[in-house]
Order: sequence, then C-alpha cells, then structure tokens
Amino acid sequence: MEHDAVQHAVQSGSKIQDLAWLVLFLPLLGSVMAWFITRRDRVLTTVFTLGTVILSFILSVTLFAVFGAASAECTPFQFLHIGDLKVDIGLHLDALSTLMLLVVTGVASLVMIFSTSYMHDDASYSRFFCTLGLFVFSMLGIVLANNFVMMFVFWELVGVSSYLLIGFWFERPAAGDAAKKAFLSNRLGDFGFILGILMVWSAVGSVNFQEIQASLIKNPAAMGVWAGLAGLLVFMGAMGKSAQFPLHVWLPDAMEGPTPVSALIHAATMVAAGVYMLCRVFFIYTVPAGWPPALSFLGDLSAATVVAWIGGITALLAALTAVQQNDIKRILAYSTLSQLGYMVMAVGLGASTGNPSASMFHLFTHAFFKAMLFLGAGSVIHACHHEQDIWRMGGLWKKMPVTFWTFAIGTAALAGLPPFSGFYSKDEILATALEANPILCGLAVLVACLTTFYMCRLVLVAFFGTTRTESAEHAHESPRSMTIPLMFLAVPSVVAGWFPVGEFIAGHFGVRSHEGVGRVVAQEGIGPMLTMILGGIDHALFAPFNHNALAAFLGLFGVLLGGSAAWALYWNQARDPLPGLFTNLSRAMRKKFYFDEIYDSVFIPIHDTVACIMAWFDRWIIDGLGVRGIHGTIEIVGRALRLVQTGNLQTYAFLFAAGVAFLAFIALQ
Amino acid sequence: MLAWTIYLSFLGAAMAALAPKDRPTIARWIALTTSVLGLGIGLAGILHQTNRSALQTIVDVPWIPAIHARYLLAADGISLTLVLLTGIAAVAGILFSWNITHRANQFFAFYLTLIGGVYGVFLSFDAFLFFVFYEIAIIPKYFLVAIWGSTNKEYGAMKLALYSFVGSALVLVGLIATYAHAGSPTFSLLELARQPLPTSFQVWVFPLVFVGFAILAGLWPFHTWAPTGHVAAPTAASMLLAGVVMKLGAYGALRVAMPLFPEGLAAWRDPLALLSVIGILAGAGIALIQKDFKFVVGYSSVSHMGFVLLGLMTLSVTGLSGAVLQMFSHGIIASLLFAVVGRMIYDRAHTRELSALESLQLSRALPFAAITFVLASLASMGLPGFSGFVAELQVLMGAWKTFPLYAALAGIGILIGVAYTLRVLVKAFFGQSNGTIEAATHENYAPISIPERIGALLLLGTSLLVGIYPRVLLDLILPSFETPLMKPLLKGAGL
Repeated sequence: MEHDAVQHAVQSGSKIQDLAWLVLFLPLLGSVMAWFITRRDRVLTTVFTLGTVILSFILSVTLFAVFGAASAECTPFQFLHIGDLKVDIGLHLDALSTLMLLVVTGVASLVMIFSTSYMHDDASYSRFFCTLGLFVFSMLGIVLANNFVMMFVFWELVGVSSYLLIGFWFERPAAGDAAKKAFLSNRLGDFGFILGILMVWSAVGSVNFQEIQASLIKNPAAMGVWAGLAGLLVFMGAMGKSAQFPLHVWLPDAMEGPTPVSALIHAATMVAAGVYMLCRVFFIYTVPAGWPPALSFLGDLSAATVVAWIGGITALLAALTAVQQNDIKRILAYSTLSQLGYMVMAVGLGASTGNPSASMFHLFTHAFFKAMLFLGAGSVIHACHHEQDIWRMGGLWKKMPVTFWTFAIGTAALAGLPPFSGFYSKDEILATALEANPILCGLAVLVACLTTFYMCRLVLVAFFGTTRTESAEHAHESPRSMTIPLMFLAVPSVVAGWFPVGEFIAGHFGVRSHEGVGRVVAQEGIGPMLTMILGGIDHALFAPFNHNALAAFLGLFGVLLGGSAAWALYWNQARDPLPGLFTNLSRAMRKKFYFDEIYDSVFIPIHDTVACIMAWFDRWIIDGLGVRGIHGTIEIVGRALRLVQTGNLQTYAFLFAAGVAFLAFIALQ
Repeated sequence: MLAWTIYLSFLGAAMAALAPKDRPTIARWIALTTSVLGLGIGLAGILHQTNRSALQTIVDVPWIPAIHARYLLAADGISLTLVLLTGIAAVAGILFSWNITHRANQFFAFYLTLIGGVYGVFLSFDAFLFFVFYEIAIIPKYFLVAIWGSTNKEYGAMKLALYSFVGSALVLVGLIATYAHAGSPTFSLLELARQPLPTSFQVWVFPLVFVGFAILAGLWPFHTWAPTGHVAAPTAASMLLAGVVMKLGAYGALRVAMPLFPEGLAAWRDPLALLSVIGILAGAGIALIQKDFKFVVGYSSVSHMGFVLLGLMTLSVTGLSGAVLQMFSHGIIASLLFAVVGRMIYDRAHTRELSALESLQLSRALPFAAITFVLASLASMGLPGFSGFVAELQVLMGAWKTFPLYAALAGIGILIGVAYTLRVLVKAFFGQSNGTIEAATHENYAPISIPERIGALLLLGTSLLVGIYPRVLLDLILPSFETPLMKPLLKGAGL
C-alpha cells in the first residue's frame, strides 16, 4: 500500500493543483492565528480571518481558470491504512469542486465583509470571525474531499461549526435549543450516512470516489442488493445537512444565529452541501435498483426516485409554510428549504438521464441571491432596531434604497423572473422534471407559483405601504460595508444564469449538452467559453425558450399567477387577509404543519420511557437482586455464623459433646 | 528498560508512604517525578522499538519453579500503546490531585502502587505474573475510594471490591484449570497458546476467563460497579478507574482469554458481541436521564467501553486495532471528563447536581473549564479530529462485515451519545439563571490552577494528535497482530 502512494507521488511530483491544499488550509490557519494571538484586537482578527478567506478566493479563481472542467488529484496523505480499509486525505479537483470553491470562498468573503459592521458592537466579535473561518475550512474540506471518509470527517466539522454559530448568542435559551436541535438532526442524518458509507465500502471495496465510480462503470451491478439501501442511507446524510423532510425542522430554528451566519451557512453553503454530496456520489444513484430479500417488495423502485419525491415534498411543504410566516428571516428560511427541495428533486430526477446538472446550476445561482436576500434582511433588521416581524415594518423602500433594490433583485431571481439568474436554473429543473416525471413537474410549477406569492407578500408588506411602527419610522440605510457586499452579490444574482453552468456541469457527467458550450469548456477550458458567451449572450438569454419552451412557459405562468395573487391580497394592507379566507389551512401553515409538536409528543415520551426502564433495570434487577443479593446473602450467612460464636464455654462444650455423640451414632450404625 | 516503569512506580510508592504526613508537597513531587519518569520511559521504549512486528522480551527468568511460573516481561505494540496511556493518565491524575492534603502521602502511595501494578499487567506475558500484577492494581483502588471518596463512598467501594474479586476469582479458576489441562506445565502465554486445548474444555473455560476480565471493562450486565464506583471515587481515582483500570479488563480479555481459547471464543463470540452492543445502548440511554454530572460520565464510560468489546469480537484487523485504539482514546477522554467534573467543577461549586449547576452559569465563572469541557465533549461524541472518531469508525467498519445489525445499533449508541453530551454541556455550563447570581458566588471559586491547565492540555493534545494523525499509534498497534500470539485470532474471522 505504501508502494502505491509513493508511486503516485513520483508520477505527479509537485503540481499546481497542490494549491488546493492552500485554499483548504488558509482559512483554518487564519482562524487559529486569530484565536491564539490576536483575539483581543478586532482589526488584526479581521485581517487574519477575512484576509485568509479572500486569499483562498483568489487561489480558487486561479484553480478554476487553470483546471475548470479538467480533473486532477492532489498529492494525498495517508490517514488510515488497515487491512482492506484505505483512507487517504486527498483532494480532488474537477468541474464540480472548482465551481463550489468559487461559490464558497466568494460568498464567504462578502458575508465576512458584511459582518465587520453587522457584528461590530458584539462583545464576542473575534469568536465570531474565528468560528466563521473554521466553518469555511470545513466546508472547503467537503468540497475537495476525494473519498467518503474524508468527506464525512469534514461533514461533521461543518456540523460542529454550524452548532457553534447557531448557538453563538448562547445566553438566549432559544439559541441554545436551536443549536442542539440542529446538531441532533444532523447527527441523525449522519448516522444513516456512515452506515451508507460502510455499505458502499463493503460492497465495492473502496471509499475513494474515483475508484468506486470506476468499478461501478465496469460492473454496474457491483452493489447488487445493497444498491437501494446504500443510496437511501447516504441520502440520509443529505437529508440532515440540506434539511429535507422529515429532518427539516432544524433549519427554521437555526435562524436564531446571527444573520450573516444565516446567509452564509444556512442559505448559501452548508445546506447546499447535501446537494453537492449527492452530485459528487451521483454514480451510486444510476446503478440498477436492488433490495435485500426482506425489502424485495420494493421491486424496481430506485433510491433516486425516493430522493426525487422527498425533494418534491420538502419543496411543497416549505413553500406552503412560508406563505403564513411573519418573521422576515423565517420566511427566507422556509424559502431556502423549498429551494433545497427543488435541488434534491433535480438530483433524483436526473438519475434517469444521468445528468443532475440542473441541481448544481440552481445551487450556484441560489447561493448568490439567497445570501443577498439574507444580508438584505440583516440590513433591514439592523435598521429597524432588531425588529423581525414584517407587519411591524412597512414603507422602507424610500428609506433604504440600496437594500430595497438589491432585495427586489433577489426576489425576482428567487421567483424566477427572466432575465434574473433564478429563472434559468429553475427552468433547467422544470425541463428535467418535465422529461422525467410530469407529476413532480406539476408540483414544481405549483411551488414556483407559491414562491413568487410569498416573496411578493414579503416585499409588499415590509417595503411598501405605510410605515407601521416607530422603529420602522426611524430606519435609515445601513453603512457602506453592509451595502457594498449587497451590491456585489446583486451582480451574479442577475447574470449568473446567463452562463452555461448547467452545461459545464453536464460535461462533467459526460452528457452531451444540447448546445455544445459545456463540451467546449470541458475540452478547451474557460477562455473559449468566455468568447462564446460574449459572442452569444443574446442567444444565452433566450436559451430556455429554444430548449424546452413548454417548461419555460409553465415556469413563467407560475410566476405571474403567484405575483398577481400577492398583489391583489397584500398591496397596502395593514393586516394579513389570508387567515380570514382560509382559517384552517392558514393556521396549519402558521404552525408549520405541527412538525415540532408531533416530534415532541412522539419521540420525547418514547425516549424517556426507554431510558427510565433501562435505569430501573440497572438499579433494581442488576444492583438490587444481583449485587445486593450476593452482598445480602453473605451478610445473612455471616450473621448466622456469628450467633454460633458466643464465647460461652458451656455452649462450646455442649456443641462438642453433641458432635461427638453424633459421630458416635454414625459410626455405630 | 521498560520494566523500570514498574519498579520506579513501586519505589515512588514506598517513598511517598515514608514521606512526612504533614508535608503534602513532598509526597506530591515524589509522585509527579516518578510518574513523569514512567511516561518518559514509556515514550523512550516506543522510540527504541526497532523491530516493530516482533515481541520484544524485556526480562525472562524463572520465578517460582515449583509451578513453572516465570518472571516474563515483554512488549508488543499493544502493550506499548497502553503503557503510554498509563503514563499519560498517571501524570494527568497527579496534576488534578494537586490539592489533596488529607493523608496525602498515603494517597500517593496507593496511587503509585496502582500505577505500578497496571504497568506490570501491560508488560506481563506469563499468566501467573499477569494475575499477580492484576491483583496489585485492583486492591489500592478500594482504599482510594473508601478513604478519599465522596458521595456514598462505602457503598461504591464495597461494590467495586465485590465485582473485582468475583472477576478475579473467575479468572483464577480458569487459569488454574488451564494450567492443569495444558500438555506441558507452563504459565507462559506464548507456550499456552501453542498447545491446543480440547474444544469441550475451552467452551467452558473461555467464558470464565473472558467475563472475569470483562467485568472490569464494564461488560453489560456486570457494569454497575462502574458508575457508582466512579461517582464515589476522588477525582484522580475516577480518572484512573476509567482511564486505565477499565482497560486492564479489556486488555486481559484480549491478551489472555482470546488467544488461549480460540475455539471457546468462536462459540461465545455472538452472545458476547450482543452484550457489548447492549452495553453501548444501555450505557448511553441511562446517561441521558442522570441527574448527577458524574453519573453521566460514568455511564458514558460503560457505553464507550462497549465499543472496545465489540471491536474485540469482530476478530478483524480493523476492528481489533480499533478496539485497542478505543482503549487508548477512551482512557484519555474519560480522564479529561472526570477531571473537569471532579476537580474543576465539584471542588469549586461543591455540587454535581445538574439542576443546581444549571443556575450557576459556570461558563462565565470558569471559562477555561467550559472550553475544556466543550472540547472534551466533542471528543467524547466521536467528532473527527479527536481520537475517538478514528477508533469508533474502525470498530464500526470491522463490525459491519460480521455483525451489520450490531454495527447499526452501535451507530445509534453514538447518536444517543451526542444527545446526552449536549444535554450535560448545556446544563452544566450554559444554563439560564432564573434570577441574578451573586457575584460573590463566583468570586469564591479559586481560579483554575496551573497544574489543572497543564493536565487538561496534555490530555486534549494527546487526543487531538491521535485523531489527526492516527498512524502515530496504529503503526505500533497493527504489527502486533502479526505476532505468533495474536495472529491466530484473525484466522477465526475467516478474513
């Protein structure tokens, strides 16, 4: 095994792709230095943590320009080599990972710049930046990992940093509870994830993505009866991180964390990790379905189908819930859930065509506009003195023009209005769904309609109408360090959809793209892609209509319907008219379909009962009968024997005589 | 040279016992010096281990010719790993009992005797010698608990002694029977393993010896000594109990019971694996509802030791080396947890009730303790970066191939582990005060002392090092399964 590693290293030598190690470790280095050396100095802490993340971003751009869609491995380190288990710490660069590197480091840099003023007055400013650095490091580890175990390692680290950031204001009980809930839900998903990894490992004999893929291409039936179960278990990991139904309950509560955290972690990057992971291990979802004998009734149902449906259900449930939320961050949180559901659905549906690129495309555009929306919400909350209820705002558009206009761009992108980025990525998902599963396509159109509805409701209530409270009255535009990141994010929110990201990713999955741009990128690099885009931007703008006009029109129809409904209901309203119209449905939506209540009333009593029974067993059966029993028996015997030892000579003499008589009797018999 | 770990500890014990009663400083420094020297010797022994795949004999002389017992000390990678653990835990334990003044000389005398016995067990390759050291190691802990203990100490000490002696008796009976049955009379483990014993004999002796040892490793349902014992014990003793004494049991099972009776092992493997998994789940489940902070840590030890036993039952290199790594890892992490609970918190707040701690807002009063415990919790939950992750992952991977269902159940155990750890973490440090805490309460707490800081850093650093670079130990442990004594174990798994 050492031989292989040595040979590998000799072949490659020192390579430019080893820059990826720097990309990965710079943020960690920054955080560690800041924590141990400059914790007490805010400026230096900012320089170290933000500086390293920006440096990481610059290097990521370099790597993207050099490699783009080409794939490359960095020199690995041995982590665990035991018997048939070989785990390295190695980095893999390809279209998927380089694209994600850009998203993660880019959005992280902007969010950290925003935080310099948003968190300015917080006593634990340095702790915040150091934890953010730790998060960026962990997230980049997931992106770059070349094997399952390493991905799991960083997966857990992301969970920890998310726990620390959600619970950042631990003095608030709600923050502590939310952090705990998030961590537990994630670990529940990870429990399935690790079992799935074990299953894949024992079926295929490797944890390395490249090796697993190669052996599955050679023999698609290599996973045999485990294919379905392994796929579902691995998906459980994604369900935890990407908050899919029924593990979605933690994400809305996670909004207890500071708003920049919500923007970076719980909108743009960490929650997208599940989708990214599904794309990374997509090859285990394209193999023929198989189930162990006990589950053979599932027949031809593939794990990918389940994935698609879970995604669809999440998208719909979350969109419905968002309609009746009043907290600006919670509306955005549910919309994140819903969009994640979209992406997961796209991965599942992509399995039939071998192309999940629509999900990565949506992940890419969503990262920008959702981060911008959250930062915009942060700017609003900051301006309104920590007011989060949209009904206690109103008329903000004139007071905070930059925030309003960027927020409006974000809303248009999220709703999927052309030519904003969201339209293009959402259209690819609708097109995929239309080909693979018309029912889910219908569901997706409904979700698109609901999305436009609740986002327009948010904008109409918070930014228009009359100013309804004192705090909204005194609101004014946030400082530059907060508005500049918003403007920076607004650019990709508009134009990100014009790039053929979907085709770029499709090239990675070996799918011949319909227009050839992706192939050009895959074969010739980024330069030719840029010329093609600049030469054919008008073409790119109308691509969805040329490619699958029905899907594009369905999407537009949904947007128009949702938008006009919201306009009719919420223009210049002081109270929500919806509860009056649909009492029960509205209540269920407001109560988030009672998931928290159901979980509390089912799991907590079960858990308490089981734990009490076990403790009782320990105490009364094992200790009571066992230990005290033995102890007691010995003690009783001891006491009985003590009675014999009276110290009285007559008694001894009597016993002695009795004994002699007894023996004599026996002998005479 | 490694033998000096044993002699030095006994020497230190004698010196501490003779040290003046009213000057605890002298006994303290004697103890610290000897234990640091012991750790140094252990490290030097590891660095000098030239031929890693072979068993290095240290001393081999006839001892009691009448029964063919030899004074045979030797070391392979497993022994070295545990010697290193003992060294680290011993040093840390002394650092965390720096504030002991009540009969300090006797305390450290008992403490060092225990350590010497533990070193002896880990280096003995003669069954009789092994047993003698084993007894030397378990007797002092009775006194440590009964004299310097706290809550319910007589009951805890009684239970501890009762369980230990029942275990020892089972082991003794098994070893004597084996001696009687062996073709040529010998107590040498290597010789005994080479002589095939009849299957019918192995089937009834194996459970005696294995369970006899495993009682000390917290095998369910013989585990109840552990939580009460840990709670009653003074900080340093609970650190040693969880850190090394529980490892004695697991080590005895691995070193003596399993290689000597391979066919007995094959017959009992499935039920023992089941008991290990029940231990993992029951320990974790009970920890979830405890009201006393130390009980939580005590039951978590039972759960984590279940991983060791499950790893042993996998009979694969991955699982067995994982079990050894888990012994090391749990030794370090449990010591740290007990140190935080017993020394950093209890010695200052004088309570371990979670409901009482909840209102004290300890994260403000003792930030160092809070950060240490947060990190120790992450380690205990099996988070990557700390040693527990690698060890538990290996056990799971090893178990998956033979007992997939048990592996899944063990995974649930880890999940419950997260739940109870988060629960105590929040309750003990980040509770909400229902009213204002009098500033005076916090000012009464002595600041965290230098020895405590050094001890915490030593333990945390070790766990991190092994977690990030597990080869540092695995390169020692893995070749040990190539030696003639351990190699046959792997054949049993058919791998």
